[in-house]
Amino acid sequence: MSSVVKEQTIPRAKVNKRPKWQRMGVGGYIVLALTTFLSIFPFYWMFIVASNGTDEISKIPPTLVPGPRFFTVISNVYEVLPSFNQALLNTVYVGTIVAVAQVFFSAIAGFAFAKLNFRGQRFMVLFVILTMMLPSQLGIIPLFMLMGNLGLIDTLGALIVPALVTAFGVFWMRQVIDAQVPNELLESASIDGAGVFRVYWSLVLPIIAQSSFVLGLFSFLATWNDFLWPLLVLSTPEHFTAQVAVNQLKSSYAIDYALNMGGAFLSTAPLIVLFIFVGRRLVRGVMDGAVKG
Amino acid sequence: MSQTAVKRNSKPTSPWKPSKKLNNANAVQSLNGRWGYLFTAPFFVMFLIFGLAPIVYSVYIAFFNWDALGTQEFIGIANFNELIADTRFWNALVNTVDIWLLSTIPMLICSIGLAAILHNPHLRGSTFWRTILLVPNITSVLAIAIVFGQLFGRDFGMVNIIIGSLGFDHIDFIQGTTSSHVAIASMIVWRWTGYNALIFLAAMLAIPGELYESASLDGASKWKQFIYVTLPSLRNTITFVLIVGTIGGLQVFAEPLILGGSYNGGDSGQFSTLTLFLFEQAFVAYKWGYAAAIGIMITFIVAIVSFINFMITRKLAGDGK
Repeated sequence: MSSVVKEQTIPRAKVNKRPKWQRMGVGGYIVLALTTFLSIFPFYWMFIVASNGTDEISKIPPTLVPGPRFFTVISNVYEVLPSFNQALLNTVYVGTIVAVAQVFFSAIAGFAFAKLNFRGQRFMVLFVILTMMLPSQLGIIPLFMLMGNLGLIDTLGALIVPALVTAFGVFWMRQVIDAQVPNELLESASIDGAGVFRVYWSLVLPIIAQSSFVLGLFSFLATWNDFLWPLLVLSTPEHFTAQVAVNQLKSSYAIDYALNMGGAFLSTAPLIVLFIFVGRRLVRGVMDGAVKG
Repeated sequence: MSQTAVKRNSKPTSPWKPSKKLNNANAVQSLNGRWGYLFTAPFFVMFLIFGLAPIVYSVYIAFFNWDALGTQEFIGIANFNELIADTRFWNALVNTVDIWLLSTIPMLICSIGLAAILHNPHLRGSTFWRTILLVPNITSVLAIAIVFGQLFGRDFGMVNIIIGSLGFDHIDFIQGTTSSHVAIASMIVWRWTGYNALIFLAAMLAIPGELYESASLDGASKWKQFIYVTLPSLRNTITFVLIVGTIGGLQVFAEPLILGGSYNGGDSGQFSTLTLFLFEQAFVAYKWGYAAAIGIMITFIVAIVSFINFMITRKLAGDGK
């Protein structure tokens, strides 16, 4: 009874057994278009408000098209916070160091957990997994005290040092190496006399380069978007990260939506540009890491 | 399999045989395992200092009357007793659970639905759609909370303009309890639906195609295929998304913090959450001992809920084939 008709309307070579295209198509595309609209709209709105000014959007119906005041609003942002560019640079600096360090430490530890046989290994992996479940805010007060003792309060070091390693990164790299690197390859290399480090460097690293890049990107994004911890430890405007800078705009006496959204736009635009280049890889990374079935 | 003796440096036929003597049966046995200590040492050293030690110390100071000015007085479990009697704690707990429910359920339904659409092999431009789904996830909570705060504004927010144009009265989202939870939950749903849809899509793509083929040969409609083939195969993935969502959801704080502009969680604490309460006690009231006790309670709650989650899943997995 199933009407499995070979549809001539299915264009090009992609003739499949399941004729879903015809029935599901339109509705599916409408849902996807709506999702796209909802995903993009907040960014668009950020720009609309920032380019029209607060007065223009405080009326009914509000403006839905870009206005002429964008550069005025942006220069207001720089007036309130002259070091905004410095904040963006700080964020790039911290994010890059954290991303590189996390990839470096996670990959080598993940390799050891996936491919090496040493006493206590099993316990250590369990330990890593258990620590991933602890709420991250649990240790925030002692960490704050520790940063004080190390003299790192109000420095970018307070953002970098605690973020150099994460249990998640190690676990993730372990999974990746386990799934992507065939044992036989390492086996034969080591029988040919290659040492452990050599095997890691010249065989494992090239295979996991893609996944390492994805982990680095996610670490970078997480660092870029981290909000509370930088807010707690940073107080000098020259040391701010982008998020703290944007928050600073928010705490001026009356809510100036245009100013806030101008700042939000400035702090988000670099990520959007980055995403245009790496979005597809991030998608693959998320899907590779998914629990299947 | 009864082979046990797998010697180090043996021929490459052996490493897959399971053995009690091995610490890692999947390892490459011809590699010198002792390097493992060196390779994992940087992680463990850094993690012990900056990850674990603060947590342990946090447990310690939870038993003290400890503030930022230097007071350090051992008071036993008094912090916990005070916490149990603290209505702000219970208010925050109820709010947290409410926001978690309001965000998790729609998020789960929407993300599975989107994944099912993307799973269609005839879909055009699937790379584009997949990439779009991840866009909300990469932006900062701060930027998005600023935008949503405006969209949910009482007088000129887009949401209220739409509500008004439908002939209803404007809602003061921030002031109301449920309405503020809806606003916060909508930010969470917006941020995580696409990400989770990709997770579900990956799981759907791993379902063997023969299952669908035989189902459609049996005359099962697409809806029935979804109910009887797709959903049961997603059980583990749903559990995973639920547990991760629960751990994150019970610690929600950034959205309410930015929406309200303070650690209070609204004028009457109507959207104060557990973690927000912790931060308020730690960095506004400077009651570090008390805040540490709140952190421990959050950990217990997360552990209990995760355990319940796990048990339900195991039961479901047992009931299913």
